[in-house]
Amino acid sequence: MTFFSHLRKAAIATAFVLGATAVHAEEQYFPLQSYRVGPYAAGGTGFFGGFIDYLNLINIRDGGVNGVKLAWSEGETQYEVEKGVEVYERLKSNPGIAAWNPLSVGIAYAMIDRITDDKVPLITINHGRTDTTDGRVFPYVFPLLLNPYSETSGIVNYIASKEGGLDKLKGKNIVVLYHGSPYGKETIPIYELLSQKYGFELSQIEVPHPGNEQQAQWLTIRREHPDYVVLRGWGVMNPVALKTAQKTGFPADHIIGNVWSNSEEDVIPAGDAAKGYTAITTQASGERYPVVQEIVKTVYGDGKGNLEDKSRIGSVYHNLGIVNGILNVEAVRIAQAKFGNRTLTGDEVRWGFEHLKLDPARVEALGAKDLFHSINVSWDNHEGDGYVTFQQWDGKKWNVVSDWIAPDWKLLRPIIEKSSEAYAKEKGIKIRTAEDADAVVSN
Amino acid sequence: MSYYDFLFVIEVLVGGLLSGVMYSLVAIGFVLIYKTSGVLNFAQGSMVLFAALTFVSLVERGIPFALSLLITFAVMVALGFTIERTVLRPLVNRSPMTLFMATLGLSYIIEGAAQLIWGTQVHGLDLGIDDTPFEVGGILISSFDLLAAAIAAAMVAGLSAFFYWTRIGLAFRAVADDQFAALAVGLRLPRIWGTVWTAAGFVALVAGLLWGARLGVQFSLSLIVLKALPVLVLGGFDSILGAIVGGLIIGASEKLAEVYLGPFVGGGIEGWFAYALALVVLLVRPSGLFGQKTVERV
Repeated sequence: MTFFSHLRKAAIATAFVLGATAVHAEEQYFPLQSYRVGPYAAGGTGFFGGFIDYLNLINIRDGGVNGVKLAWSEGETQYEVEKGVEVYERLKSNPGIAAWNPLSVGIAYAMIDRITDDKVPLITINHGRTDTTDGRVFPYVFPLLLNPYSETSGIVNYIASKEGGLDKLKGKNIVVLYHGSPYGKETIPIYELLSQKYGFELSQIEVPHPGNEQQAQWLTIRREHPDYVVLRGWGVMNPVALKTAQKTGFPADHIIGNVWSNSEEDVIPAGDAAKGYTAITTQASGERYPVVQEIVKTVYGDGKGNLEDKSRIGSVYHNLGIVNGILNVEAVRIAQAKFGNRTLTGDEVRWGFEHLKLDPARVEALGAKDLFHSINVSWDNHEGDGYVTFQQWDGKKWNVVSDWIAPDWKLLRPIIEKSSEAYAKEKGIKIRTAEDADAVVSN
Repeated sequence: MSYYDFLFVIEVLVGGLLSGVMYSLVAIGFVLIYKTSGVLNFAQGSMVLFAALTFVSLVERGIPFALSLLITFAVMVALGFTIERTVLRPLVNRSPMTLFMATLGLSYIIEGAAQLIWGTQVHGLDLGIDDTPFEVGGILISSFDLLAAAIAAAMVAGLSAFFYWTRIGLAFRAVADDQFAALAVGLRLPRIWGTVWTAAGFVALVAGLLWGARLGVQFSLSLIVLKALPVLVLGGFDSILGAIVGGLIIGASEKLAEVYLGPFVGGGIEGWFAYALALVVLLVRPSGLFGQKTVERV
């Protein structure tokens, strides 16, 4: 991306912001707390690029959702919490807000009380605090497709499938290498629980932020001779882990990455050291899916594609953005079916998300067969039972190497409820019922 | 302690020493500037990022490796002279805190400029150095780290020779000893500062290439200053030898601490252990192990 292309982007973004102040009656608006500069810009440009590309596709191809045009504007956060909140304050007065999608754990945490007061959904696809899965306590927060506990269960189930079944995990040695942050530590108790349940030996080793030095951790791993290492990393920690694994002689094909260690940005800097590395994902990468091809043809063909570098179309973050777009748009569509084809309130869109049920047939109809599996959100289950798959890096691209795998939701639900109920008690929140969830604010 | 345990200690120690050399590489850039101008250049990390990003972007655009290296060096020279002319020269005789704040601001400007010019994508950097480990007496040693240590040693030798056996090096040392005396005997301080910023740019380029090959060329490269700061505190801000010895001590001790103390306190201690060690040294020797003691007449 050159200096002049940045200027062009800035001009377009400014135009969007100016345009957003004039959202028309039949427009549904998405405020985007994006990050296109700073340390995590590579992920931000991919995700928000994919999201905007899908919104554009709906506008160009379908004329919006049942005639209601989709509008959006961006505010730069650089992935910083205070800037994310500042953008929220700046954009929240725009009319017709459908949902917030910050793609940042920190910003999402800072917004929970605010969006609950506003009665507007907050989408934290594949991330966020696990107990927000419990819609009884968190009516407006949706960690769609995958929360950290489900991710943990999915990874353990995948390792079990490689070993020949869950009973074969007994006696195996698994090391979890995690980022030294609340995000990294969130799954510690779940790995311990699964270790006790299935009888595998477990060591959990912390890598201090940012993770650009891991010699000590990998020498410790080498001494332990684990069967698998689970990489729960973020940013620069991921390629450094893969490179240091190579230096200490640990095979990449026995390293399993979590959902924030699964992008091209995590493996390309590691070069050959990443060959054979496998990572969990909720959405496949690549361009072969009809919806991605339609975006290429319709949106990029029309000169409205959001990615400057077209080689990134179909990358992990771009496809995640597209899937996020599908889920947001379908929630609006479902809510419209109940409340009418017009600009909806945030609470009406919340109702739409709480009825977001896309079975494999509907996913196929949306052109996303094999891009993601399905989702089944309800008023009390805001994750929606997302399935996961695993992809392996061959040095140039990711290849899917597993079927769609279901995490052990039944095992995890009581732990989630225990945490959310404690939160409700601490904050004095009344636990919702199904009737409460059906009561919708329409103005 | 079994033989295997002993080998493991040695392995951790060697790995730590080699990592320490990489910290020293960054620290030397700080020392060069501080030694001659008394400025703690917080922008050194950003310069490392800028150099690596410029180099890798040129290579990815099809420019040959050697030519890219040359162009990047020219860019770093231009950057060094520009910083000296536009930021530091107008701030001559200001307090050290003012100068430090100026370089802090400068680091944000350089980081922003790097992303504005070259984009935000993460890049791999292959220097053609094989990184598969080899075994010596049961200990795995990284060939990349070993070569990086050799390059660092060569650079230190080159800089030392430059300082001790050239006229400009002599002028550097004169300025480092006493700026006013150097000025009084006719040395042109702006020219010397410009040259020293060029040298710091060169060090940033070398550090950027080696760290870039290790981490990938991405924004986080600028965070490696966090590894250099305890090295400087421990070794002394104005000693190249201190930067080397400090790097080795920090690298080895933080790795040993992580492996042997970490499990007792929940792990992940190497990030702050280096600073704790530097603080202890600071209490005993405020100028660091090799830093020049400041004596002021009051």
